[in-house]
Amino acid sequence: MASPLLSITNLTFSVEGRTVLDRLDLVIHPCEIHALLGANGSGKTTLASLLMGCEGYRPTAGTVVFAGTDLLTLPIHERAKLGLTLAWQEPARFEGITVREYLMLGRAESDPALMLRLVGLDPDRYLDRLVDKTLSGGERHRIELASVLAMKPKLAILDEPAAGIDMLSIHQIIAVIRTLKAEGSAVLLITHQEEVATISDAASQLCNGRIVCTGSPALVIERFRGRACVRCDGEVCGYDRT
Amino acid sequence: MTERDTLIRLLPLVGAEPEILNDERIAHVVGHGHRIVSRRSVPGLDLDLEETPDAIVGRMTVRAGIRLEQPVHLCFGLAHPTGRQNIRLDLAVEEQAAVSVLSHCLFPVAQAAQHRMRATVHLGPGASLIYSEGHYHGPHGGMQVVPQASITVGQGARYRSDFSLLSGSVGELTIDYAVEVEEDGVAELTAKLFGHGTDRITLKEAVVLKGRRSRGLIKTRVVLADEARAEITGVTEAHERGARGHVDCLEIVQGRAQASAIPIVRVCHPEAKVTHEAAIGSVDKKGLETLMARGLAPEQAIELIVSGILR
Repeated sequence: MASPLLSITNLTFSVEGRTVLDRLDLVIHPCEIHALLGANGSGKTTLASLLMGCEGYRPTAGTVVFAGTDLLTLPIHERAKLGLTLAWQEPARFEGITVREYLMLGRAESDPALMLRLVGLDPDRYLDRLVDKTLSGGERHRIELASVLAMKPKLAILDEPAAGIDMLSIHQIIAVIRTLKAEGSAVLLITHQEEVATISDAASQLCNGRIVCTGSPALVIERFRGRACVRCDGEVCGYDRT
Repeated sequence: MTERDTLIRLLPLVGAEPEILNDERIAHVVGHGHRIVSRRSVPGLDLDLEETPDAIVGRMTVRAGIRLEQPVHLCFGLAHPTGRQNIRLDLAVEEQAAVSVLSHCLFPVAQAAQHRMRATVHLGPGASLIYSEGHYHGPHGGMQVVPQASITVGQGARYRSDFSLLSGSVGELTIDYAVEVEEDGVAELTAKLFGHGTDRITLKEAVVLKGRRSRGLIKTRVVLADEARAEITGVTEAHERGARGHVDCLEIVQGRAQASAIPIVRVCHPEAKVTHEAAIGSVDKKGLETLMARGLAPEQAIELIVSGILR
């Protein structure tokens, strides 16, 4: 197997005396879709923010190596230039910036119309619209995915990419994630929707800030369905996700 | 170079081309200080302006039913570091008439100068006026700019204004606009201001929705850098059934700048409604991080967000 694209070792993050991520280990390989399942509050979005280098998210301990580089010393934009990006669960809105401009930010030579078609949006209707509050939540989500596609990252962290998307359109989101992989990107797919997680190559379950199970998507989804989190080695962590 | 040429040369800085002044289909007035250096009218537009020792004074009327296809350009300014310019203008857009006015205010080298505009604007029933005012100032500041307008929007008429000050340092800017809107009338006031240096900006816009189903929007976007200060007051009153108003103020503060927003909302009828939103702060952190996650350096991301807000 190729050497890992992302190696997270013993990553710990505490805030105000509370441990949010607890000695977390995770490995993602190139072109791998890795689903991260976990209940609300388990630490999924914290992990995403920490990997991207967002303000206020500095680890207490641990290392993160991405494409052979120590990621934790870099600011956000330098992480992005290395090929890492994040699509937020609730993407930001921008006054005065058109969808066309937004989709060309990460890579000037990208084709914004093609990116929109790939996420199921009509370029004629959307290219000149603004990325502002006039977009619905679902539209904004799709445009966020299109901007990630346009960037052609080595690793895309997608935080609940199907949130706000109607059930009938989830297959389009799944197709976009597959397109990312086909284009050479790895994906850290943060989700609580089992249907979305099934497309992954590998999966992990996060519980109380710890990876409690890593394996095939089928195995991890099965364990995630249970009321209590059970580690792959049989240990029950005692956290009731309901 | 003549004063007229100096002003005309700067028109591209406020989005206009100098050739418009040679186009016989386009009405214009160019005023330097208290002198009118160029003017042209077109059929359906009465331009009755005169020079006085202390002001340019006059009346501009778009006759009933006339819909001017080309915008009217008003170009006012000073080509010298010091001086005064007072303008008193009565603008009437008669019943079912429509016009777009582009007002270009150019003060490229002003350092201790004054520009005052006092306007009354009346829109007749079903009339339409789009009034866009763009200011260009040099880096010196030190000016006093005082635009004042009293506007009445007749039954079913539409008034839209767009004031922008996007570059240079103005000094003191004190805007005071008051609009009254009759039944089914619409008033939309937008101001986009970028304060630099030690600029002091005071903006007061008041919309009184007097008629049934009248509509009003006050939208303000302010970015302040260095030690600039701004106080923004948006007043909306709704007096009749079905009247709807909204005040939307966003101020971005950078450096040692300071900003305040005072939304005042009065509703005097149970079937009227006015809403307001105001936000003051630094550049939105999430927006900044999103752009950086696409590879933009922090300063590039801030510039993009700020230019978008003022666009």
